[in-house]
Amino acid sequence: MIEFKVKTIAEMTAAGEEADILFWVGCAGSFDERAQKITKAVAKILHAANIKFAILGTEEACTGDPAKRAGNEFLYQMLAMQNITTLNAYNIKKIVTACPHCFNTIKNEYPELGGSYEVLHHTTLINQLLNEGKIAIKGGAFKGKRITYHDSCYLGRANNIFEAPRSVIEKLDVELVEMTRSKANGLCCGAGGAQMFKDAEKGTKEVNNERIEDALETKSDIVAAACPFCMTMLRDGVKHHNKEQEVQVFDVAELIMTAMDL
Amino acid sequence: MIEQILFLLISSVAIFFFVKNIGKIRRNILLGKDIDLSDNKAERWKTMLKVAFGQTKMAARPVPFVLHFIVYAGFILINIEVLEIFIDGIFGTHRALSLFGPIYNLAIGFFEILAFGVLISCIIFLCRRYVVKLKRFQSLELKGFANQDATTILFIEIILMAALLKMNAFDQMIQAEEGTHIGSFPISQFIVPLYESFHFSIATLIVFERMCWWFHIIGIFLFMNYLPFSKHFHVILAFPNTYYSNLKAKGNLNNMASVTQEVKLMLDPRTQASEAYEAPTSFGVKDVTDLTWKNLMDAYSCTECGRCTSSCPQNFTGKLLSPRKIMMDTRDRLEEVGKNIDANKGTFVDDAKNLHSYVSEEELWACNTCNACVEACPININPMEIIVEMRRYKVMEQSSAPSSLNNMFSNLENNQAPWQFSPMDRANWTQEA
Repeated sequence: MIEFKVKTIAEMTAAGEEADILFWVGCAGSFDERAQKITKAVAKILHAANIKFAILGTEEACTGDPAKRAGNEFLYQMLAMQNITTLNAYNIKKIVTACPHCFNTIKNEYPELGGSYEVLHHTTLINQLLNEGKIAIKGGAFKGKRITYHDSCYLGRANNIFEAPRSVIEKLDVELVEMTRSKANGLCCGAGGAQMFKDAEKGTKEVNNERIEDALETKSDIVAAACPFCMTMLRDGVKHHNKEQEVQVFDVAELIMTAMDL
Repeated sequence: MIEQILFLLISSVAIFFFVKNIGKIRRNILLGKDIDLSDNKAERWKTMLKVAFGQTKMAARPVPFVLHFIVYAGFILINIEVLEIFIDGIFGTHRALSLFGPIYNLAIGFFEILAFGVLISCIIFLCRRYVVKLKRFQSLELKGFANQDATTILFIEIILMAALLKMNAFDQMIQAEEGTHIGSFPISQFIVPLYESFHFSIATLIVFERMCWWFHIIGIFLFMNYLPFSKHFHVILAFPNTYYSNLKAKGNLNNMASVTQEVKLMLDPRTQASEAYEAPTSFGVKDVTDLTWKNLMDAYSCTECGRCTSSCPQNFTGKLLSPRKIMMDTRDRLEEVGKNIDANKGTFVDDAKNLHSYVSEEELWACNTCNACVEACPININPMEIIVEMRRYKVMEQSSAPSSLNNMFSNLENNQAPWQFSPMDRANWTQEA
């Protein structure tokens, strides 16, 4: 439940207000039931930090990432140009998103089509807010828990963001344990490259089941993710191994939200 | 004198063919589309020094890193001794560089240790392939020439190093007879006792020493001329290939400028195409000539170590996709196109084949675009880019994506989301409990 009004940029502009930052929600964050919880966590944290943020609301469209990775450059560029037109019309300068795929596309691929913005992944922003004392966590909620962090390919290998999410988790007074394959050698959850939207090819195993075994090996109580697609894949992996009682999957933002008692 | 003429003749022939075949590879690489990688020279030099000379990316796997480093150092440093062989061959001298005195003696000793290290490393490499049977050396794509190629390279290296050490052993025996003392022989001194009991005359020893010398240098010439046909060509191309590394974020997939203009015309009919504008004739990669020259250089640089394949999530969950195979297929097809051009007096004659005859749809659609293969490659080869470019051809030219992906595309077109949700519901989460 969100107890404050999340404004769209259109509403803010109409009221003559300016947003500090645009919260790019993404398709998963908007429509996927589980990912919506991450979206709400991010919104609550931004609100608690007194950041004036806005969303595009119904004016947001998919960044085009799955189309581009699947080889449909036409569709990608149509979506990208539509989004860039919208963003530029509102004179957006700074964007935060909880989806590494949106993050990567807007940050790295939009500039060539005329859309240049400062783009932050939510784990980077949360880390900054914690470091600057703009938000504070109350110790205790996760005290003594073992947490392992799963690197999203599009945040980690693709953009070299390995430390921000770990630094956030470490502030929770928990035991952060690494999987054997982590950081630059991290193993994909199986969703990227538009695999999320199709069945896997013939093989011996699903990628997400392989990955969750890495996580289970660490004997962690919590698997932390930073991507809504990884979230789906990891949770399916946990279910596949019947470990729902022992292991929970949370986004880094959800952990902070809980620790902030929001 | 005859020896010198013979040496000049053999080396000229060897160098002639080597240069000729390198020219062919260069021609083949330049069949690719142009891409401007002339920027950031300082950064590029740094990358090359770090990744190729420094072998930093090899370190991810410590055992092969150490073994490979010995062979690599051997390759670079023993070449100094080859330089001496060259000088001796041309001028009929013996150990011409010994004029450097103590430094020379030290160097020869060091090279011997290195040569021995190379020899041992190559034996261990063979064991990893055929005794321990490391998984990444058992893949299907290595059946046939690729395996034979690897074994040939290792055997040649073992034989060459053995010849070098044996040559030094005979030289020591000659020196002992003559009472001279040039070089130091920490390894080959142990070979000497094997021959001492035969009490060879000095003339026989000189013949043996010469035989080893010729065997070594002819072996090197043959090996040099084998390179252009082998995966071992990486010893040369690793350097330019890392110089031309992608310097952008790995997640940044290239923008298709040819599509941008088309989309602009489509989105806004008022946009006027400039007079010079020519509508693109095709999208994506159908054949190797649609790839960039960097993709093609990648293919010739690949030494088929399989680190990409062994870190590919799809490969180790039993799928057909193998990034190494993508690189091998690209090279095989490019060689085929090159031979076609040679056979048809400089023009390519359609052979009813293309890169898709080598790489199946099942492989292409399995890729997670996770960049694990790119990360794993010790010399910054990018198999993923080729996969996505081939997908582009499948989708934009042949409309032959899997049906589930076509559904995703139509959802994106109709709902601006990959799923079938109404775009009007996008902000509903702000209202829900």
